[in-house]
Amino acid sequence: IQLKCLQVSNQDLEERIPSYEELEKLENEEAGDRPKWDNKAQYMLTIVGFCVGLGNVWRFPYLCQSHGGGAFMIPFLILLVLEGVPLLHLEFAIGQRLRKGSVGVWSAIHPYLTGIGIGSMCVSFLVSLYYNTIMAWVMWYFFNSFQETLPWSQCPVNANMTGLVSECERSSPVDYYWYRETLNTTPDIDNTGGLQWWMVLCHVSAWALLFICISRGIETTGKAVYITSTLPYAVLTIFLIRGLTLKGSLNGVKFLFTPDMNELMNPTTWLDAGAQVFYSFSLAFGGLLSFSSYNSVHNNCEQDAVIISIVNGATAVYAATVIYTIIGFRATEKFDDCISGNILTLLNTFDLPEGNVTENNYDQVLHSLNGTYPEVIQGLNLKTCDLNSFLSEGVEGTGLAFIVFTEAITKMPVSPVWSVLFFIMLFCLGLSSMFGNIEGVLVPLQDLGVFPKSWPKEAIAGTTCVLCCLVGLIFVQGSGNYWLSLFDSYGGSIPLLIIAFCEMVGVVYLYGIDRFNDDIEFMIGHKPNLFWQITWRFVSPAIMFVIFVFYFITKVQETPMYKAWNPESENFPTLEEKEYPSWIFAIIFILAGIPGLSVPLTAIYKCLRNRCCKKDNEFKQDDLNTIAKQVHLTDEATKNKPDIPETADGR
Amino acid sequence: MLVWILFLLCQVGAPALAQDLCQRDAPNGYKVRISLKTALGEDAYEWNQSEMFFFQATMAFAMRRHFQMETYNVDNIILCVQTSRVSFWFVVTSPDNTTMLIPKADVEKAVRMSRHRINNAFLLSDRTLEFLGIYPTLAAPVNPDTPPWLIVFGVVIGAVCVGIIALLISSLLQKRRKEKGMTEDGQDEEDMQVKGVENGINLDGTYNRGFTDDDRFTKL
Repeated sequence: IQLKCLQVSNQDLEERIPSYEELEKLENEEAGDRPKWDNKAQYMLTIVGFCVGLGNVWRFPYLCQSHGGGAFMIPFLILLVLEGVPLLHLEFAIGQRLRKGSVGVWSAIHPYLTGIGIGSMCVSFLVSLYYNTIMAWVMWYFFNSFQETLPWSQCPVNANMTGLVSECERSSPVDYYWYRETLNTTPDIDNTGGLQWWMVLCHVSAWALLFICISRGIETTGKAVYITSTLPYAVLTIFLIRGLTLKGSLNGVKFLFTPDMNELMNPTTWLDAGAQVFYSFSLAFGGLLSFSSYNSVHNNCEQDAVIISIVNGATAVYAATVIYTIIGFRATEKFDDCISGNILTLLNTFDLPEGNVTENNYDQVLHSLNGTYPEVIQGLNLKTCDLNSFLSEGVEGTGLAFIVFTEAITKMPVSPVWSVLFFIMLFCLGLSSMFGNIEGVLVPLQDLGVFPKSWPKEAIAGTTCVLCCLVGLIFVQGSGNYWLSLFDSYGGSIPLLIIAFCEMVGVVYLYGIDRFNDDIEFMIGHKPNLFWQITWRFVSPAIMFVIFVFYFITKVQETPMYKAWNPESENFPTLEEKEYPSWIFAIIFILAGIPGLSVPLTAIYKCLRNRCCKKDNEFKQDDLNTIAKQVHLTDEATKNKPDIPETADGR
Repeated sequence: MLVWILFLLCQVGAPALAQDLCQRDAPNGYKVRISLKTALGEDAYEWNQSEMFFFQATMAFAMRRHFQMETYNVDNIILCVQTSRVSFWFVVTSPDNTTMLIPKADVEKAVRMSRHRINNAFLLSDRTLEFLGIYPTLAAPVNPDTPPWLIVFGVVIGAVCVGIIALLISSLLQKRRKEKGMTEDGQDEEDMQVKGVENGINLDGTYNRGFTDDDRFTKL
């Protein structure tokens, strides 16, 4: 790429980034006001916490089961190695080398690439908004778990005490509790339904808790991650042990892992695997860059990338196993209930003694009775009980955590304990991911100079939290759930792909792969081997591009629909598919367009500003003017210039 | 002789009459269904004629309790249509006139009033001792004064507020300590800092970069 604009600034690249000598000095003298990790464990736990999030618990198991079980592991592992690990290594290395947040890094590489940093910041902001609402939902369920009978285990009685509430009776207690008592959803996105006060309380407490943990940056999050990153593993293990002792758990695990090799021929499988690897690693959020920049210069980022990838993949598989033991248990219970219900109906209708019809001879008896009294059997409306259909019921996303899993918990003995444990685990998983999201928002804001430099860290964090809390009130309205899925599908998907692609291209082709290789050699002692070269240059960008194109085409072609909980619909309790109203398209454009287009738009803006001011030295002049104000300069200490104070102040 | 014939007729006729009163789908009768194995599992007792007698006695008790008439007796409860499911029909006759049946509504009231006692007599529950047509009254929902979730929320929010206050106080204290440190020995600190860096020893205190060499930025 030989544009006139670009040629100018590349010469000054060395001036924008710290040189090797400067880095060594920084390393040895520990002179710097950039925060540092207390120890390597904190760094690893923070990164693991950021990557291992709710998606590992409720997205991966669903994908695994719906795309051929054990066979899904093959595309997942292949794409993990070809796409996940190289991108991760790239982000770690560039962050560690340039020692800045996302905006700082990209503007240092090339001022026209600042858009990548801004795009990362926008995506992190949008994701933080709705992610913390999920935390609020988790907290609500957590608060309600401290009761002997869990409130979602039975339907409430209606107003005149004659029966159960109709909406609950037609669906199920867990559905009713989720849609009515927690969310109080409206039938469509146009009705806002007003703010739900109980949810507002939980929302505020979620943001307040987050604020405490991030108020001093990694000083506080570094301590918090000791708990938030390790607790989920402990709880998963407890659930695994409990799950394996329950009846029917192995049915679930078998269902999950039974391979169906035909799924490998389906391109959607590979696409979903690629997307899952990408989103699971929280790439392109800017958080990973920031966290790596607090490392020491000679930290072995290559090793870190490999370790983190393995941990992330292993956690996904482990969580899937645990989830499916519990789902297997629930499905078996439902199946048993279904059969018992049918048996009871038969016994009651034909006045047969109890114990005559059991699960074993149910089919025979039914067959013989059907032969002798076909009309009666027809009139009974016996339910068909199929274990596989129970196993594949709605087991993704919030449906898994708040409907399916909570139902399974009500069937376990000592339910409140399991409920508390489960929601603590979800909260920790989400909170550690939020640390990374917020890092991706706060550090660019500081780099861009949005806040006055005199403000302490706590004030900046506090202001951001308050602002996000207020904007996030959209999600605690009656229609909040629909807004959340909107943000999730459009804000947290396409822009990330664009940004990640630009990141790779920017580092490999604009920063220069040779310079990057030298940097890595300086940092860890050896040049990255052939695997990294090939993946960075060709394979990973190609995979990103393919995934992006397919995603874009699919999203653009389909009419955007959403699933609504409408008690008046015909197929209630099945969710009603509705089309989005036309004004939503403006929102979708803002969500997906602005972060995605920020890359070219910022580049054009900077180019135009550069051209119109007609000064090649404009960048340097800016820096000169701010010497007296800047205290973050990375430079050598001297003692031989006693007259410097006057000149610095004078300017 | 006539008296003897009448007596014989009564002996034969009474049960026959009773049978007419109690039949499947009798207008004033109720069907009872008992699920012993579901309720008691292994400890289930056998349902035999003695248990049927016990049922008659319990129903008579329920009628007595409701009407507050001491005249109801076991004979007033007529059972029929027994099946091996363990289900049967029963009707209640008036103690004054054995051919007259007590209306369904009154029987229902009596059963509802003593349902708990009837269930407990047989070690069963509303679900396992069913009177078809008499729906169990739903338990009144227990409404605690404060919803339990608010209590937990209060605890968490309290802890969060304490945390925030502690944070703010500690940062204020830190700031004040720093300011004190800087103003008291400003000159000495500068020299010490510069010396410290020169010797490669890191000292506490902020490194004031305004006084260092900026080669990069002084090139004009």
